[in-house]
Amino acid sequence: MSEPILSVRDLKVHFNTDDGRVKAVDGVSYDIGPGRTLGIVGESGSGKSVSSLTVMGLTRSKISDISGEIHFGGRDLLTLSESEMRSLRGEEIAMIFQDPLSSLHPFYRIGDQLVEAVQAHHKVSKAAALDKAIELLRLVGIPEPKDRVGGYPHEFSGGMRQRVMIAMALINEPKLLIADEPTTALDVTVQAQILELMIRLKAELHTSIVFITHDLGVVAEMADDIAVMYAGRIVEFGPTETIFDSPQHPYTWGLLGSIPKLDASRDEPLVPVTGRPPSLINLPSGCSFHPRCPYVRDAHKRVEPTLEPVKGDPGHRSACLLDSDVRDRIWEDLREGKLPAEARADVMAGDGAP
Amino acid sequence: MGTYIIRRLLWTVLLLWVVSGITFIVFNVLPSADPALLRAGRRAEPAVLQGIRETFGLDRPLIVQYFDYMKDVFLHFDFGRSYRNDADVRSQLLDRLPNTLYLIGGAVVLWLAVGLTVGMISAVKRGSFLDRFSMTTALVAISAPPYWLGLIALYLFSSDIGRFPLLPGSGAFQDTAPFATQVGALIMPWCVLATAFAAIYARLLRANLLEVMGEDYIRTARAKGVSERGVIFHHGMRSALTPIVTVLGLDVGILVGGAILTESVFNIPGIGRLTFDAIQRGDIITVQGATLFLALAVCLCNLFVDVMYSVLDPRVRLS
Repeated sequence: MSEPILSVRDLKVHFNTDDGRVKAVDGVSYDIGPGRTLGIVGESGSGKSVSSLTVMGLTRSKISDISGEIHFGGRDLLTLSESEMRSLRGEEIAMIFQDPLSSLHPFYRIGDQLVEAVQAHHKVSKAAALDKAIELLRLVGIPEPKDRVGGYPHEFSGGMRQRVMIAMALINEPKLLIADEPTTALDVTVQAQILELMIRLKAELHTSIVFITHDLGVVAEMADDIAVMYAGRIVEFGPTETIFDSPQHPYTWGLLGSIPKLDASRDEPLVPVTGRPPSLINLPSGCSFHPRCPYVRDAHKRVEPTLEPVKGDPGHRSACLLDSDVRDRIWEDLREGKLPAEARADVMAGDGAP
Repeated sequence: MGTYIIRRLLWTVLLLWVVSGITFIVFNVLPSADPALLRAGRRAEPAVLQGIRETFGLDRPLIVQYFDYMKDVFLHFDFGRSYRNDADVRSQLLDRLPNTLYLIGGAVVLWLAVGLTVGMISAVKRGSFLDRFSMTTALVAISAPPYWLGLIALYLFSSDIGRFPLLPGSGAFQDTAPFATQVGALIMPWCVLATAFAAIYARLLRANLLEVMGEDYIRTARAKGVSERGVIFHHGMRSALTPIVTVLGLDVGILVGGAILTESVFNIPGIGRLTFDAIQRGDIITVQGATLFLALAVCLCNLFVDVMYSVLDPRVRLS
């Protein structure tokens, strides 16, 4: 892999709240190569948004405690001043958000909001910036962009608003685009259109993308690599095909088991990941997934797993305390359609463990 | 927009009719003071009283009096004549209107300047000593009644009775005085009237701005690389100020109908002072006129606010 464009090392983002110290991100590392797309997957509160907002420098506050390294363009972003970060935001790293209606200012015309994005970084006339805005709106597929720049956000449909957000993010040709659940608030058909647009733009512009989502179906289409996050940490990392073909973490199995498959019979129940996401103030001891893990053993409640390469595949890493051949057997069983309890019974019988 | 305004004005007329009906009932049907007695003075001869009743038509049935009053008000914009000194109520109101506007105008400028600045700084520096100090001060200022504040101000600073005789005191404002003298005379009333409003607006803006700064579009603005100053002024304040316009319109409307307490304490010949005197003397017809005038002012300011809102917030369409 060529030199990564973004390299995150042991990033920790903790918030000191009245209720206690919230460990929103607790030791996350990843790299993104130029033109590559990293999908970050996880449920609400897994730290996927906070880690990306931290890359943007948007989590700095009196109550936040940030450590680690974020290398981008030869600099560690965590050491930059607020004004240096400001000149980076929207220029070299841009971001799009979940709800395009609330993310656009309701009182300003679309054109003005795009112009502002240009003028925040470049000394150009308003007319020149507006031309650029129209060009970008055309690129993202807004019909009659010359007329539409005068419209207000509420006059656009949900999908069109998200296109506007994408245009705004790309207007300064950033090297890195962070997309935080960009399709979650949209109708399914519109979701597909936006994904198609992003795939097309990715091919045209060669921008590196961090794509945050809780929807595995979406990352399957978008991402080159996938990081699965749980309770502020990455529990599994690997190329997209590998994650779907031979996942090596019980949480990833759970996520894959909870999405409907086209070839399954209709009355086959979905298997949810049982239990609830842990409190980020009082993380469970040992492996933080242990209270919800169907394959948990006593030792897992004491020992913390680390993200380690999977045997025979250095590009694939997993943070699981189970032996790798045990994991292989469980995944085989699950793939055959067995329930987690049956798979557990199989491996336990073989082991002689409780 | 045009048809909307016309429709609203017609509604205003209807509303004023209702208000006038209620005030007529309150002041005429429910016995408070006999207008004829008021006019004739103490120990008047019965014959004189009778004469007055006939002259003013007070001996006619109430319903006839009501219709006559309505006809005068709505067809001729005539509020009748004071029972006490025969002065025309309408011209009295109009004569005193400039003084009241003068008082309000200065106070509005003052309270917006102070209230909005303090509110914005408090929101931006949330939780700081400055924030806590100004919000506590604001709470005290809101709780202080204007007449009390007015008397304290006079006691401290008025040139006649004050401990630190710096400013002209009560009754210093005269219609005929030169401009500079009038401004001097109004400094204290402006401050007193503006105090509570400045405090309310500061708290209101602080709350609005804090809420707005948590909005997604503020995060978007930051993500675009807009400077923090731009985020606060261009994005935050733009949204946080819009609801303030509504409140301001209503406050001004009510005050145009008379800043009764401030005008009374400082003896400013405005509409509030006129109303206060009329109430004290039982001059019912003047009170009625002033009440209607207040209702009209509130209605018109309200209409202005609604029209302004559609200008400020593109999502609002008048219909």
